[in-house]
Formats: sequence, C-alpha cells, structure tokens
Amino acid sequence: MCFGFFVVFRQCQSPELVGFLLLFVVNGMDRVLTDEMVSEIKALFARYPTKQAVTLPALHLVHRELRQVPLEAVVEIAELLELAPAQVQDTLTFYGFFHQGKPHGQTRAWVCRSISCHLRGADNLLEHLCDRAGIQPGQTTEDGKLTVEFAECLGACDFAPCMLAGEKLHPCLTKESIEDFVESLG
Amino acid sequence: MSSVQLVLDGHTIEMPTGTTIWEAAQRSGIEIPSLCHQPDVTPVGVCRMCVVDVGERVLAASCVRACEAGMEVETNSDRVRAHRRKLLELLLREHPLPCDREQTTADCELEALGRAYGLLAKDATVVVESALPGHSVSESIRRPTDLSSPVIAVDHQACIMCDRCIRACDEVQSNEVIGRTGKGFAAQIAFDLDAPMGSSTCVACGQCAAACPTGALTDRVVTLPLAPRDQLTPVDSVCPYCGVGCAVTFHTAPTAPSPAPPPHQPRLTAEDSHCDPPPQIVFAEGRTSPVNQGRLCVKGRYGWDYATHSQRLTQPLIRREDAYPKGPLSSEVAGSTESRRRKPGGIVDYDEVLPAFREATWEEALDLVANRLLAIRSEYGSPALAGFGSAKCSNEEAYLFQKLIRAGLGTNNVDHCTRLCHASSVAALMETIGSGAVTNVFADVARSDVALVTGSNTTANHPVAATFIKQAAKRGTKLIVVDVRSHPLTDFADHFVRIRPGTDVAFYNALMHVLIREDLVDADFINARTEGFDGLREMVLENYAPHQVASVCGVPVAEIEHVARTIGTAGSMLVFWGMGISQHTTGTDNARCLISLCLMTGNIGRPGTGLHPLRGQNNVQGASDAGLIPMVYPDYQAVTDGAVRDRFSHAWGKPLDDQPGLTVVEIMQAALAREIRGMYILGENPFISDPNLNKVRQALSRLDFLVVQDIFLTETAEFADVIFPASSYLEKTGTYTNTDRRVQLGRAVLQTPGAAREDWLILCDLGRRLGLSMDYATVADVFQEFASLTQNYQTLSHDNLGETGKLWPCPNPATDDGTPILFTEAFPTASGRGAFVPCHYQPAEELPDREFPFVLNTGRVLEHWHTGSMTRRSSALSQLEPAAFAAIHPSDLEVLDITSGDRVRISSRRGEIELAARADRTIEPGSVFIPFHFREAAANVLTNDALDPYGKIPEFKFCAVQIAPCN
Ligand code: SF4
Ligand code: SF4
Ligand code: FES
Ligand code: FES
Repeated sequence: MCFGFFVVFRQCQSPELVGFLLLFVVNGMDRVLTDEMVSEIKALFARYPTKQAVTLPALHLVHRELRQVPLEAVVEIAELLELAPAQVQDTLTFYGFFHQGKPHGQTRAWVCRSISCHLRGADNLLEHLCDRAGIQPGQTTEDGKLTVEFAECLGACDFAPCMLAGEKLHPCLTKESIEDFVESLG
Repeated sequence: MSSVQLVLDGHTIEMPTGTTIWEAAQRSGIEIPSLCHQPDVTPVGVCRMCVVDVGERVLAASCVRACEAGMEVETNSDRVRAHRRKLLELLLREHPLPCDREQTTADCELEALGRAYGLLAKDATVVVESALPGHSVSESIRRPTDLSSPVIAVDHQACIMCDRCIRACDEVQSNEVIGRTGKGFAAQIAFDLDAPMGSSTCVACGQCAAACPTGALTDRVVTLPLAPRDQLTPVDSVCPYCGVGCAVTFHTAPTAPSPAPPPHQPRLTAEDSHCDPPPQIVFAEGRTSPVNQGRLCVKGRYGWDYATHSQRLTQPLIRREDAYPKGPLSSEVAGSTESRRRKPGGIVDYDEVLPAFREATWEEALDLVANRLLAIRSEYGSPALAGFGSAKCSNEEAYLFQKLIRAGLGTNNVDHCTRLCHASSVAALMETIGSGAVTNVFADVARSDVALVTGSNTTANHPVAATFIKQAAKRGTKLIVVDVRSHPLTDFADHFVRIRPGTDVAFYNALMHVLIREDLVDADFINARTEGFDGLREMVLENYAPHQVASVCGVPVAEIEHVARTIGTAGSMLVFWGMGISQHTTGTDNARCLISLCLMTGNIGRPGTGLHPLRGQNNVQGASDAGLIPMVYPDYQAVTDGAVRDRFSHAWGKPLDDQPGLTVVEIMQAALAREIRGMYILGENPFISDPNLNKVRQALSRLDFLVVQDIFLTETAEFADVIFPASSYLEKTGTYTNTDRRVQLGRAVLQTPGAAREDWLILCDLGRRLGLSMDYATVADVFQEFASLTQNYQTLSHDNLGETGKLWPCPNPATDDGTPILFTEAFPTASGRGAFVPCHYQPAEELPDREFPFVLNTGRVLEHWHTGSMTRRSSALSQLEPAAFAAIHPSDLEVLDITSGDRVRISSRRGEIELAARADRTIEPGSVFIPFHFREAAANVLTNDALDPYGKIPEFKFCAVQIAPCN
C-alpha cells in the first residue's frame, strides 16, 4: 500500500490524523525511527519466516525506545515490513501493552489485581499508589516520572500482592513499600 | 487425486482430500449457514455460525475444518441449532434493527438468520420478545457512524467483525485499507490508522460494501434511494469506462416515485423497463465473468449517474446566425484568464454556450448536415472532409461511422482516439507480428513467472486489471515495474526501476544487451519463429552495454543486469504497457523494443507469456477492429489493396477512395491549413483531448462546417454548426471489445432523454441522406454486416455472445469462450515469423532547458475519464476528485517556494494554465504530472503536438514547462 501516495493524492477532508501524516510523509519530516532502530528491526528479519512475523518484535523494540509507538512509527514500521499501516495498527491495538500518542512515564508500574493478589488486598494498595501519585490507573504523573496500570496475574502469586515496576518485581507489597517505591522515584 | 469418505447427515459421500466440510455440504446440496465465510477469499473461521457436530467434545467450524476419512457429520442437529441460536442471540443483542442494509437492499444476512432461527419476527424487522427480551441499542454504547466517504456509509454498530470487508479489500482488490482496532468490546474495523473512511487511502471501489453481510458497510445513494433487488429490474451489461470491460448488473427502478409496492406485486420484467415512467439506475453490482470476477472500481460501481444529468442534450441544435463568425463560446474554451479566476472548476456553463444555438427538428438538422457536407464535397472534393469516431461507441456505431465517411463522403479521413493512445503500439505490433491485438488475456498473469508493467499507472487506469496483477504478485509472480512515477503498483513490485522520462528505448536495448551477452535468450524460439535477430543483436551489443546506457536512463548498471537476469531466467513473462510507452515521438520504437524483448526470450504463444498493451477506452480494440482507422477497412484490411477495396466497394455500393486518409492530429493540422473544410465528430472531444489546444482552437474555428454528435455540450461542440443529441452508453444495445479481445454485449439500461436518439439510428438517417443504403432492422443486423466483412468476427453474432462475451477469434461460439492465447504456432505475417526491428535511442522532441526546466507528463486519475464530460457529471466521482491539480515533488515545491495547495502557473512554449499544486512524492523531482480531464486547466494547452513518425501519435508524455507561483 503506497500510503504517502494516496494520502496526498486524494483530497483530504483534513482530519488531524491525515493532516499530520501528510506533513510527515510529504515533507519527509524527520523520521521517528532512528537508524539504530531500523537496523535492529532489519536484523530480526532473518529470525522469522516472514517479514510480517516481525511485527510484534518491531513494536516492542520501538516501544522500548520511545515508551510508546506513535502513528508515524506505525507507518515507518509498515514500510519496513512491507505491510499496510492498517495491518500493523491492527496488531498494535490488540495489545493493551502498547502506548500510542503519549509515552508512558519513565517508570511503568503494574499492580497485579488478579485473584491471589486481590485476596491479599491489591485493590487498596493500587488505590494507595494512585493517591500518592495523584493519578488514576492508566495515567501518567504530570512530571512524566510514573505511569500506574493494573495488571492481570504477574505469575508471582507466591509473593502476592505484588507489583512490577519496569523490569523489577516488588513482592509482598505493603503501604510502606509503596511509600519507599514512590520516594525512590525522586 | 486422493479422496476421503465420510458420512454427512446420514449420507455417505466421497470428497477430494482437503475439501472443507462446508464445501462438501454445498456440493451435496446441504446449506450450512455462514456469516464470515465467502467462497472467493481465505476462510478465517471467526464467526462460528457454520459449526457442525463431528462427534467431538466441541462443535467444529465447517468452513475451515477439512473432511476426514470416516468422519460422521451432523449439520443440523438440535445441539448444532442451539449453538447457532445462542450465537445469533448474542450478535443480534446489539444489532440496530433494522440495520442500514435491511432498510435499503433488505438483505442483511444476520437478520435473515435471526428470522430463520425464530429470534426475529418473520415479516417485519422486530424481535420476538420472548426470544430476545428487552432488545435495545442504548445510545451510551452505540458505536459511531462514519459518512465521510461519498459512496459508502459506515455504521460500526452493525459490524459483526466477520472480517469479510478486510479480506475483500486485501485479497480481492489488494488495496489493504481496512484493519481492526482495539480488542474485546472496543474492537472495530478501522481504515488505515483509524481514519475516517473518506480521508483514508480507500479508493472507493466498493468491494467491502459488496462483501459486508450487514448494515455496517452499505452503498450510499447515488440517484434514487436503494431498494431490495426483487423490487428492481436487473439489466446485465458492461461498464462504460475503461478497456477492462467489467461485467456489471445495473439495478433500475422507475424514476417517478411509485407508492411502496405491495408484497405480491410481480417483479418488473426487462420488457417493462421501456414503458413510462423512464427507469433510473439505483445501484450497480459486479457480475461474475472471466473478465472481472465480480470486481469493479469506483467508476463502474458509482459513476453512472452522468447519463441522467440535467445537462443532457435532448434536442438537435443549430448555430444561430448571429453566432458567426464561429469560435469558442465559453470563456474557458476561449482561453481567457478571467474565467479561470471566476470558476475554479466544473463543467460547461450552459448559460454561456446555449444561447448561440437554437433548437431544431431532426429533419431540419439532418438535411442541413447532409447538404452542407455534400456541398463541401462538390466544391472542394472529398479530401476536404473528415470524421472522428469514438472508441467509446460500440462496434456497430464505429462500423457505420467509417462506412458513412468512406462510402458516403468518399474519403478515408476517418480516425479516432486510438490515434492518441495505442496507435504506435499497434503500428509496431502489425509490423513485427502481424496483429495489433493483445496476445494473452490479462488474467493470464496468474500463470506468469514474471510480469513486466511499464508506462502504465494500472491501478488508476485499469483498476480491475491491476487487482489481478497485484494478486499474482502476492502469489509469487515476480513483478517488475519500469516507470517514471512510483505509482501504487510499484508497492507490489519485486523490482521497481525508475527510468528517466523518454529513455525507454535505451533501457530496453540495454536489457537485451545483457540477455544476449549472458546467453539468456531462447535460441530455439529465435531460430524457429523469428527473423532479423542478427541485426538487432549487432546493434545492441555494440551500442547498448549497461554502462553506456546507465547515465542516459538513470538506472545503475547492476540494476539493469539484475532485471535482465530476472527476465532471462524466468520460465514465462507477460508484458503490460500503457500510454507511458506509446505516447512519445518514439512510441513505436518503445513498443518495438518490448516486442523484441518477448521474441528473444521466447515469451509469446504460451500460457503466462505475451504482449498486452492495456487498451484505454472501453472499445479501443473494437473501434480499431471495425475500421475507424484511415489506412484500413474493418479487420485491418488495407485501403490500398485493390482486391480488398473492390470487396468493400461492392458491399457498400459506392466507389471508394484508394488513398490512406489523415490521422487525428494531421486532420487538425489540415483544418488549420483550410485543407479540411468540413468535419463530423462523433463522441470525441478534441478540444480537451488533443495536444496543443491553442492550435486546436484555431483549427476548429476555421472549419466551414462542423457537426458534433454527443450527449453533452462538450468543449468541442462550442465550435459546431449543428449538434446531434446522442445516446449515452447506458441507453443503447451494442457490442464492445475489451482489452482482452473479448466481444461483449452492452444492453440498454435507460431510455434516451427527450428527442435524443441512439447513435446508430442517427448514422443511418444521415447515411441515407448521403445516398447510402443503411436499412437495418436492428443493431444486431449492423453487427452481422460488419462481422461478415471480417475474419475475426465472422463467427460471432449478438445471439451467440452469451452472458460474458467471446474472445475473438472464436471458431465455435456455441461451445467455446474463444482464444485466450494467440500465435501458439505462427505469426500472421507473410513469412509466419515474428520480426525483430532494432531501434536506436532518440531523445524526446522538446527537452527541458533553462527557460522551461520541468518535464510535463500527462495522464488520468482513477476517478476521472478522458475529457471529464461523463465523470465530472457523476456526483460521486466529481466529489472524490473535484478539480484540476499539478502533482509536483515536495523538494521542487520547496525550491520554488510553493506550498501544496497554492495556485501555480504552468507554461510551455504553446500556452499556459493555472491550477493548484499538489505535493506528491511519487513524482520524480524535475517533473510535473497533470491529469488532462479538467477544462479549467486543460493540460493539453501545454502539450506538444509533435508526432511519432509511424504511429502518428503525439508526445503527450513529454514536453518542457516552467512552473511559477500565481500572485
Ligand atoms: S471501498 Fe475498496 S479500497 Fe475502500 S475500503 Fe472498501 S474495499 Fe478497500
Ligand atoms: S464491516 Fe461488515 S464485512 Fe466488515 S467485519 Fe464488520 S460486518 Fe464484517
Ligand atoms: S494473582 Fe497477582 S501475581 Fe498472580
Ligand atoms: S462461516 Fe465458518 S466460522 Fe464463520
């Protein structure tokens, strides 16, 4: 699908999205994917049977770097994988994991709310964390330091209630350990 | 082929291995309900409506489950039915009742199943309260509607996520616009990155709406409100636009709103469709045919309301005394800049033009035309007369027109727009392989190892043929696109070679150099079936090594070699080309190169090989076959051949001119020189379509007498003395020969408005006044006379064309579809061999320089057709692409300090136009592309009327221009 072509070739009723893509595609605004990201994605090709199969790894890679996958990146990934942008977006939106439009905070904290953690008071702990941060689950603090989300079972029920912050598991969560955690973000 | 035995609803059946249970049931006459499954696309098994009991723990989806040996299948047990009913209950719970599809064409598949399973009442779209208590779609959960597309309405609430639209768009049309977004309750279909449909990359082909089972995607109203099929009259016909010739069914209704018919009212029959009130088309549908397999593009599906536009001509018109001396009438055609400022776009302003004419009776108009043409003939001789026929008219009309000019006026000065599109291709093909027709049908690309598409923006100009090429490319055919623009087809290409405009000969010679040097040619084929190879061999080996050519055509040596090897090692290659090859002063040379390429690699006469010049208009092939060519009678029989001439003279009862006539552009030049004094123009609009319009304006003004036969007051009609109101394609029956050589019957769908008449009747009435015997009872008789004078049509008649036409030559129309592959044994040349004609590279006639630094390329856009007289009066098409524009690369815009959307003045040595600039990265920097449909900024004001010496085709694809911002 020649995205650039059509976006410019058809008269657009100028919704924001197309307007911005038009700018982006037509004027060749700076690309969002860095050369490193592009070569990392290309390096993945050999490991998968088709380029389409690289969709998720590529999304993860970009998400890791940008803490989100903006629409421009979707178009660029689609170009690399020789897919229609709609196909990449289709996959992306299926996963709650990927942020789009706004990056998640420097730290992304997942508080588990599945059965074991729930029984051990996860709901109160999630509420407490949100109160301390002044946000709702799914939101990011104004200073961009923290995003709080709830998670389904983290696979660490023996440490319930627990929370995953970035790559680090916080086992046997208490109000106190949440205090410490918030403090540690500075 | 291995097979399996199984028991289906108690019957033992045997099926080929791999058959799905759903298919097996279908073949055994058992209907299994389905929602997501459609036979022509990949089964996905997402709706679970088609479940059957195979004796396992869970029910199996029959559309994806293959038959297994010994399987015992229950397709309609209580367990199965209970499951389906529950599923329907869940789906119907949030379904708008009735949905848009049920309200319009009344064929929502979900609601039909709901009725069948007792969830909805049988005769009205209401729920059976006990089955689906408290059904309502509350506003708080209602998903949005999207009316941004002028042709398709989207109601996400009616979507059942069956995936049919996605597969229609991806697999059938390969447009790849639709995906899903979100998951669970929030999931819905999305266009591109969830843009409104109207501003997405959607090309409005309507395939998704045709595939959708519910009211989620439905056609919007073009003329009358949509209605159920059984209340409408279906007429099977063929699309009036391009050379692909898609089979269409038009569903019509009487124009006057009749009260809702009671359910017992019998369906209208085709015969009824001609009584009052006149019918109107309500919607169009693709028809199953080898040509299009039910696919259509935006023009075919939504672009037919031009025929009932209020500007249709309904009465013969004669120019008033006070409207002389003759000249253009509207300010746009006169070329005044004032008008361009006043009206940024649109169609002929009748208020400006009509006062110059008065209405007349047919008698008066026909007599006047006959007398004036005969007077010119007796005063200046036959060579002072000329006629332009049209490739939009039927074979019968083309035949009658050339007969009238040749036998009635005594001159061979009869030509048509093929001169402007494929004349050079035909010249090259006739010269080398003895026939101008395509050798293989386009769908044969499915069997090609390699497809070469060059000089063709296929997705815009032959959209449905393009779907077959895209599909083949996705299934493994290596697609090579050689072009100056990176148009959408290049996205499917394995190799896209961007060459400099006008350097085709150099490039193909270099390919042939590599093929010969590396011995990748088919020596057996060359020996057995061709002649003149040595001459070509010597020339390309000596002068066209890749390194000698690379800088000329802007393609690196390695790329040339790579493409040559891809071609040389392929088992089969099919070559498609369009106007990018033919519309050059070297057009014939360009085509000769492509022919040589196929001959030397043995790529003619087998499946998946061949030469396919994609024909532009719906009847380019047929109009040429019927003899609308100055040098030949029907079936390419030379006017200079005494025996042939005698035969035609005998058949037509008149002595005939023995000199080949003038071609389109030559006729205009002769009119300018006052050598041509009188003209008859049928369905052509040279004022927009011919090169160098300022010259055309003078030429048309100088004619002593011009009669124009058309459906609207065209720009050309402004110069007319008499205007005959004619019939649109949709109002007459006749045959049309598509790009594949398929002769198809177009049927009358509508009635001619007012006193307008079918073209063949007008031609006969005028012919009789010119002393010809033109008495035919029906148009089928005209076909008969034409066919009897040819080889290729001889076996055909209106009666034996069947529902989907026949490919000529067709020796046994009763049993056969015709000949999909020509020249399997020999070529129709004197020696039976194909000839290599070596050609040297020559640059274009007018190269860019300091003053005119840009190369102008002209062509079409998807939504419009030729001079726009039809498509700009089609509401959907003109909404989609309303006005003229010039596509320019953003880097050039930046240098010129122009923003996309700004008005620019583009000028050449021949004239200037003003229009909006549009940033477009598919254009090579240094070039500009302007579609030629738009009268308010007619691209042909700029183009060069220099001609190819053999095909006499003008160089539409190359001239030098300058671009400046308008203040
Ligand atoms: S109209 Fe055609 S291009 Fe547009 S979304 Fe539907 S199938 Fe795709
Ligand atoms: S829009 Fe129609 S075809 Fe597409 S998924 Fe929804 S119900 Fe199916
Ligand atoms: S339930 Fe929280 S980690 Fe398993
Ligand atoms: S028809 Fe088989 S799952 Fe939808």
